[in-house]
Amino acid sequence: MVTRGFLSGRRPPTDGDARIPPGQYLEQGFPVLSAGPTPRVRTEDWSFTLKHGPRPIKKWNWAEFNALPLTKMTRDIHCVTAWTKFDTPWQGVLVDDILADAGLEPPTDFTLAHAFDGYTTNVPLKDLTAGKAMVALLYEGKPITPDHGGPARLLVPHLYFWKSAKWLNGLQFTTRDEPGFWELRGYHIYGDPWREQRYTDDP
Amino acid sequence: MSEALAVQSPWQTAGIVRIEKRTPRVTSFFFRPSRPFAYRAGQHVDVRLTAPDGYQARRSYSIASAPGTDGAIELAIEKLDDGEVSPFFHEVAAVGDEVELRGPLGGHFVWPDDDGGPLLLVGGGSGVVPLMSMVRHRAARKSTVPVVLVFSARVWDEVIFRDELIGLDDREDGFGLVLTLTREAARRPADYSRRVDVAMMVQAMARLPEPPRIAFVCGSNAFVSAAAQALIDAGVAAEIIRTERYGV
Repeated sequence: MVTRGFLSGRRPPTDGDARIPPGQYLEQGFPVLSAGPTPRVRTEDWSFTLKHGPRPIKKWNWAEFNALPLTKMTRDIHCVTAWTKFDTPWQGVLVDDILADAGLEPPTDFTLAHAFDGYTTNVPLKDLTAGKAMVALLYEGKPITPDHGGPARLLVPHLYFWKSAKWLNGLQFTTRDEPGFWELRGYHIYGDPWREQRYTDDP
Repeated sequence: MSEALAVQSPWQTAGIVRIEKRTPRVTSFFFRPSRPFAYRAGQHVDVRLTAPDGYQARRSYSIASAPGTDGAIELAIEKLDDGEVSPFFHEVAAVGDEVELRGPLGGHFVWPDDDGGPLLLVGGGSGVVPLMSMVRHRAARKSTVPVVLVFSARVWDEVIFRDELIGLDDREDGFGLVLTLTREAARRPADYSRRVDVAMMVQAMARLPEPPRIAFVCGSNAFVSAAAQALIDAGVAAEIIRTERYGV
């Protein structure tokens, strides 16, 4: 349906068209969105726990986690509120390297990411491994600010950005694909921006 | 907490049935969806515009109207100078025009009256819109839940829904309005003329018979960060604070 009188709009640059998923627009800033207040997590209080169901498998403190191999990842990110930002530069620990450090063969195909504020989001294992995702510790070479999820956030850039949980403190293997915070509140269980899977009912 | 799964409609056309200027920068557009839907106070809709060449732009807007009232869905849209969708509404849209709309959306920043209270609502600028839906919902349901709304605006003339809010405040039925103007002197005796801070939150909560059960904070990211921190410093547990940020 053509909207009467809507002619111009903020069109993406022609060479960037192929990088902008349907329904998204290009954003130069870095907007902040979250469901509650911003937790101020001190690195001395920070820890990351890998779990299988209720059972902890391995726990790292900040120093131990920072001793894991650091990888750079520069990716386009896509927020469900319709902004896309190109070339965001992160550094952190690949989920592959976390699993390797734990000496763990993945026990299930599904995970739930946990955050310090109680936030959760589900991501299938296949979307976290093979270099696809990391626990990011740095943005533009500097510690991630609390607004953007510091000290550490999940980065799963090929899914809508609510999957990239801020203030991350754990990853839990689950037997089923268990919906997390937003997935229980109307948002899509998987969240592929290229298939425009924003809300529960989207195919 | 009643946070049931949202029931969503697919995209549908919605006609503009009324336009009402609220402040110099905010105008309310009233939409009649082709397939009406139920929603909860605090929810939003997505609006989609399509250019002749197929280019589409979509944005989320909070609903200002109360659920269950038979009227059209009110979206109070602020004009953003560098915006893409809001200038269309302010400069082009007219009664009778149709846009595409999808909703209701969002299952966290919502208050059905049976969730109870007391409620502390804190809004900055057009961040008052979803809170207005809650305030109107309370009034429409004749709810006795104690509610205080702290509303920060730059100047008196930018207080969206001002007359309606003051009218509800005057009823003294358990709803209280605290206005704070950041660039002008206060006009009413108990109002403020500064940015939200801890002391203001403490004084606002003193108007409730007991501590809030839920606090809803909405506005720009800078506003929400400051207001949520002020609430925490005033002793409100982070777990009961729900925020909605415009993102910028």
